[in-house]
Formats: sequence, C-alpha cells, structure tokens
Amino acid sequence: MAEETRLIEQLIDRYEGDVGMLIPMMQDIQAEHGYLPASDLRSLSKRLEVPLSRIYAVATFYTSFRLAPKGAHDVTLCMGTVCYLKGSPDILEAICREFQVEPGGTTTDRLFSFQAVNCVGACAVAPVMLVDGKYYESVTPASALEILNGLYPDEDASEKEDEA
Amino acid sequence: MTKLCGKRLNNHEELELVREDLLKHRNSGTKSVCVCVGPGCAAKGANRLYELFCEAVRQSDSKVKVEAKSVGCHGLCECGPIILIQPGDIFYQRVEEPDVAEIFRETVLSDRIVERLLHEDPSTGEKARSPDEIPFYKAQNRIALAYNGLIDPANIEDYIAAGGYTALPKALTTMTSEEIIAEVELAGLRGRGGGGFPTARKWRSCRESDGSPKYVICNGDEGDPGAFMDRAIMEGNPHSVIEGMVIGAYAIGSSQGYIYVRNEYPLSVERLKEAIEQARQWGFLGEDILGSSFSFNIRINRGGGAFVCGESTALMASLEGRTGEPRAKYVHTVESGFRGKPTNLNNVETWTNIPPIINRGGEWFAGIGTEKSKGTKVFSLVGNVVNTGLVEVPMGITLRRIIDEIGGGVRDGKRFKAVQTGGPSGGCIPSEHLDARVDFDELTKLGSMMGSGGMIVMDEGTCMVRVARYFTEFLQKESCGKCTPCREGLAQMLHILNRITRGEGDVGDIEELGVLAELLEGTALCALGKTAANPVLSTIRYFRDEYDAHILDRHCPAKECRGLFRYEIDAEACKACGICLKNCPEDAITGEKEVPHVINQEKCTLCGICWEKCPFTAVLKV
Repeated sequence: MAEETRLIEQLIDRYEGDVGMLIPMMQDIQAEHGYLPASDLRSLSKRLEVPLSRIYAVATFYTSFRLAPKGAHDVTLCMGTVCYLKGSPDILEAICREFQVEPGGTTTDRLFSFQAVNCVGACAVAPVMLVDGKYYESVTPASALEILNGLYPDEDASEKEDEA
Repeated sequence: MTKLCGKRLNNHEELELVREDLLKHRNSGTKSVCVCVGPGCAAKGANRLYELFCEAVRQSDSKVKVEAKSVGCHGLCECGPIILIQPGDIFYQRVEEPDVAEIFRETVLSDRIVERLLHEDPSTGEKARSPDEIPFYKAQNRIALAYNGLIDPANIEDYIAAGGYTALPKALTTMTSEEIIAEVELAGLRGRGGGGFPTARKWRSCRESDGSPKYVICNGDEGDPGAFMDRAIMEGNPHSVIEGMVIGAYAIGSSQGYIYVRNEYPLSVERLKEAIEQARQWGFLGEDILGSSFSFNIRINRGGGAFVCGESTALMASLEGRTGEPRAKYVHTVESGFRGKPTNLNNVETWTNIPPIINRGGEWFAGIGTEKSKGTKVFSLVGNVVNTGLVEVPMGITLRRIIDEIGGGVRDGKRFKAVQTGGPSGGCIPSEHLDARVDFDELTKLGSMMGSGGMIVMDEGTCMVRVARYFTEFLQKESCGKCTPCREGLAQMLHILNRITRGEGDVGDIEELGVLAELLEGTALCALGKTAANPVLSTIRYFRDEYDAHILDRHCPAKECRGLFRYEIDAEACKACGICLKNCPEDAITGEKEVPHVINQEKCTLCGICWEKCPFTAVLKV
C-alpha cells in the first residue's frame, strides 16, 4: 500500500469517515508532511467521496494550510493591532527585504517558512515573533534579522557574512 | 489519599469525599511555587524558571514539602515573569533565572521575603507583598479569572480543591433545566463574545426548538487582534469552561458539544484536551455524568486561521468541514445551526461564568455591574499603557479607572489620545469620553462596542487615520468574499484610506467613506461586514481634524505616515557626531566636526534612517 494511502486510511479510522471532520483530517496531513501534498488530497477526496475542488477550496480559504513544502524553520510574525502600533510593519519589511520572502512563502534556500498572522495573543510583550513555537518579545527589525540569521547552521552563516 | 481519587465518580457524595481528602492533603503544610507561564511570562522565559523550580524541588532535602506548578496567566504581564508562593500569596515579579535559588532558599524554605523582587508602586514607592496590595489588582473583581494563576490547569485535582465541579452536581441533582435557565436569566448574563445577547434567552430558544440532536458549542476562535482573554482562560482554567458547558448542555438538552479553538493557540488545544480527558476519567463528562442519567461529550476542533470563523454561522460551516462563510440569519442557529440542528453557541468567557452563577446564585451576579450589563468583563489592556495585562473589572467601571488606576496611565509620560475597544468591529474613544461607563450599551453609544474585550491604549504618537487604515486592511483581508458589500466595499474604503495616508487624499474622500460605511452597515451579510466601518466612522467622528490635516495640508499630525512630515536636525541637541551623515543613503545631510548637521530637504527621501540612528535624538519629525 502506498505511503499516502496508509495515512489516509488511518485518518478515516481516526475520524470514523466523518466528512464533517475534513478540516481536522487535513490538519493531520499537514502535521505529517508540513504541507498538503496533492497526492494525499486526491486520495482523501476519493476516499471521502468529496470533490477535490471542495478540498482545494478549504485548503485555500484557511490561511494555515500550505500547498507547498515548508522550510526547515517556522517563523511567525504577529501583525496584531498592538504589534502593528509598536512597529511590526517595519519588521515585516526588513524580513521580506533581507530574505527575499513574502508572507505565506518560504525562503528559496528553504531556511524558513514565513507567516504574518493577525494576533498570537501575547500583546503585552509586543512586537512578537515566533520561531518554531518559541516566543521572542519586544522584537525590532535589527533583532529579528539577528534571530533569523542565527538559524543558519554555523558554516552557512559565515558564508553569508562573506557574501555581505 | 482516598481510593476514589482519579476514579470515575458515581455520585455527589463520592466527589465531596475526594474534595475533603484533597483539601486535607493540601493543608498539610505543602508549599506551592506557582510559575505563570501565560503568553507574556512565557515569552520572557518563564518555562525555564518552572523547570528550575522543579529541579530545586527534586534536589531539596529539606523537610518542607514543596510543589512547583506551572499556572495560567496571572494578569500583570508587564511585570512578568510572575511567581506566586502559597501559602502567603507572596508575589514576585520580573523573576530571572539566577533568582530561583534565592527564592527557593529564602522564601520557600525559610519564609523570608526577597524584597527586591516585590512589586513597587511607582507613585508611592511602597512595596507590595501580595497581589491584593498592588493597585493593578485592587480595582479588579475576578470571577472568570478567579483561579487563573493559582491552579495548575493540567491538574483536575487543583480545580476540585479550589471548589471546582461544585456547580455541576448542584445543577444535576437539585435543579431542573428550567431552574438553571431561570438562574442564568436572573443573573442577567449577556454573551461575552461581543454580541451581548442574553445568554438565558438563547438557551431557552435552543431548548424549546424542535429537532434532535441539539448541539452546544464553545467559541474559542478569539480572532480580535489585541485580545487574549479567552486564551488565558482556556490555558489557565480549562475545567471552568468544561463545567459551564456541561451545565449548559444539561439545561438545553444536548449530548454533544464542540470547542472551536483558534489555530494560533496550540497550548489552548493541549490544555483543553488534557482537561477533557481528565473530566471523562472522573465522570464529569461521558455517559451518566456523576451517576445521573445525563450524558454529554465534548470534541475539540482547531480553526484554520480565518477571522470570519468567529462569526457563529461561519464557525458552524467550518465545523462541518466547509469554507468558513457565514449565512444570513433569518433562521436562527438555535433553530437550525450545526448540521441543520438546534445549536447553542457561547463564547469561552460566557461559559466560564456559568459555574459561579449556579454556585452563588443569579442574584449575586446581578448585584455586580450596571442596570443592563451584569457581572464582570475581562479585558486585555494593552498598547501604550504602563501596566499591560489581563484585567477583570465590574461592568460600569469607567474607562479612566481602567486605564489610569489599573493600567497606571499612559507609558513614557506621553499624552493619552484614544482607547480602541471591540477589536476590528469596534472604535476609538477619545479622552473626553474617558468617564464613560464600560457596559454593552454605553460603548455602542460612543460609536465603539464592548466586543470580546480587547482594549488598546493609544498615545499622542498614534495616527488615527493609520489606525483606521490598519483595521480596514485587516477586515478587507479577512472578508470571506461571499457578499458584495463587504468584499467590494472594504476594498474601496481601503483604497481611499491608502490614498489619504500617502498624502494623495481628495476633498470629498471623507464623505465617500461615510457613504460606503452606510452601505456596509445596511447590506452586508454578517456582523463582520456590518460593523466593519466602525473604526473608520469612530475616527472620523472624533478625529476629523487629523483626516483634514492629511487631505488638506498633506501633513500627518502624529508624524507616522511616511512622506507627510519632514525630518530636521535640532541644532542644539546635535553633537555633530557624523553618524546620520554616514548612514544617509541619499547624501542629503551636510555638516562638519563641531558644526551641527543639516538635512537638505530637497534631497531627503524621508527614509528615516537618520532618525533611527541618531544616538542623541537630535533628529526630529516635524
């Protein structure tokens, strides 16, 4: 049995084949692969007898779903009101410029996937950035770049410095 | 410990035996170190502190029995990480890793206070030992947050020992469904998610609706930016939400519940999952709850990162595995909601208020608050205020008391400009209305709303047009696109606001915004669209002069909109260090050693690098 089919069968078992549980199933697929592989969605569509177009609609409606593989790290920048007022747009600009990445995208070297979200609910220590689930408080454009440059394994980091 | 502990309880008497036992055990001289791991404290390294305390407990050979607990948000996030030591309610703030050993040695083992970690009142210099002595906590009245920061959210025994799961047996054994609803009605509880709809009326309509099964849902899709009340409750006291839901389900006649949690809150999901598992083990959930004939289960669903799913019909669509698009509500969800069945949806904070109402009576609850808004409300007090954090205040308290007394006033000695309440559907309230009382109706009258409880303080350096633009952009991005007024109207409003903040506004733009706002309010399908214009309308209402300055004078009075102000160097403050000159990418700065530098306005592209780099704050925005 192909790898993807086995996962789909497990999910059908876990949620008793309930079509209403489509979103949790897709979340589990993403947890497994880091994104939603087209082959898995096709199998899911067949197995649940739900048109692939509907699954695609769900995958593109909710911002947390990803249709392409993600980077080695997850970077989330909070763009909630308080973070915004305290300078998150400047941090966003700095990250996009430095790493040539757009919110929702992944850097070309797959170092990290970048998300700009509405609010992570840590407003008291704004602006907030999360790297692989770890919170960084009172971030500035400079400190954000420093944190992200620190994600390179050591030799890569020195190479990058040489380039600069 | 009794053999009953951790087993499925079959009746009220067994629960009381267990509770007695737990209390006996707890009063036997065990000391607790409660480490707050709420979002604010966690960002400042509280999880590491918790590990260190656990390590200290393990290595201690003292006779003193000690337990370390990681607890939910305590409220005063500004001063985190916060540690509370019981008994004695000793409150330490801004605790760092090196302090752990000292706290353990001095306070935990030897009952001595570490003075430098106590909270100090900035105005009087007085030190406070316990939260009750701190001005931030004094004006608060904690019902929903009563046990937040005191109990271990991952341990049901803590909740039971604190008096949790007393309302549930009372409701199941001594009250009929109608009596429960009557009690909630007497309490005057209104929905805490923003709508303010009377909870009892919703419950009754759902109970009386034809159709089976019936569903109850807890809305934990806390989407408002700048708000983390529900997160704090779900992560700090998840059992209170569950207990509220079971009571509600019993009153309504439902056997299946759902908690819909925002995708950005993975810890909330974890805490709720643990709590549901424990509640099931102990017999507070599942078949024949506490030996009664009533059965009820709860399932958790995670959201997908769509703001609109906080709207009840969109949330239900999402629960059904569809895109989160709302529908028109001429048929109420209490009649036909989730899967076309009668569905009762309440917000996290609403559910949390149910157990205390059942325990202490509706009359007690109704004794707090104003005529039409009863009880308390949790707010996340954030922005440019001294004490940022989570507060719970009685309805009817003035905005001024929240901001000045609890919040400690505006940060950095700046002047207050506005407070934004109600999230993206709310509005900005200026200083002349600070004495307004906080309740559902009063805030609506001021052009804002209660919303779910975000309260963002803005100082004189905040451009109100930019704030309006921010919320409009937020809503435009989050609009699901189903109805035209919201999809197209918000895009047009954003287009106009973009022009204004870029200095390209035209006379008549404000009127145009007004027309679009009216259109949205009158014709949008759901509350997201209907209230979307509030941030724009309220800022036009109170800060029209700022809009005019942007449009007529091409000037941003708060000096936030790039291009609508200039940079100049204050000749007296300038030390001629040359840093700005070296960093200017346009070579627009001239100057020599010991001669104050000057910006050539014709060459300057207003990038702001000189302003960022100047170590003497000699570069001014004018």
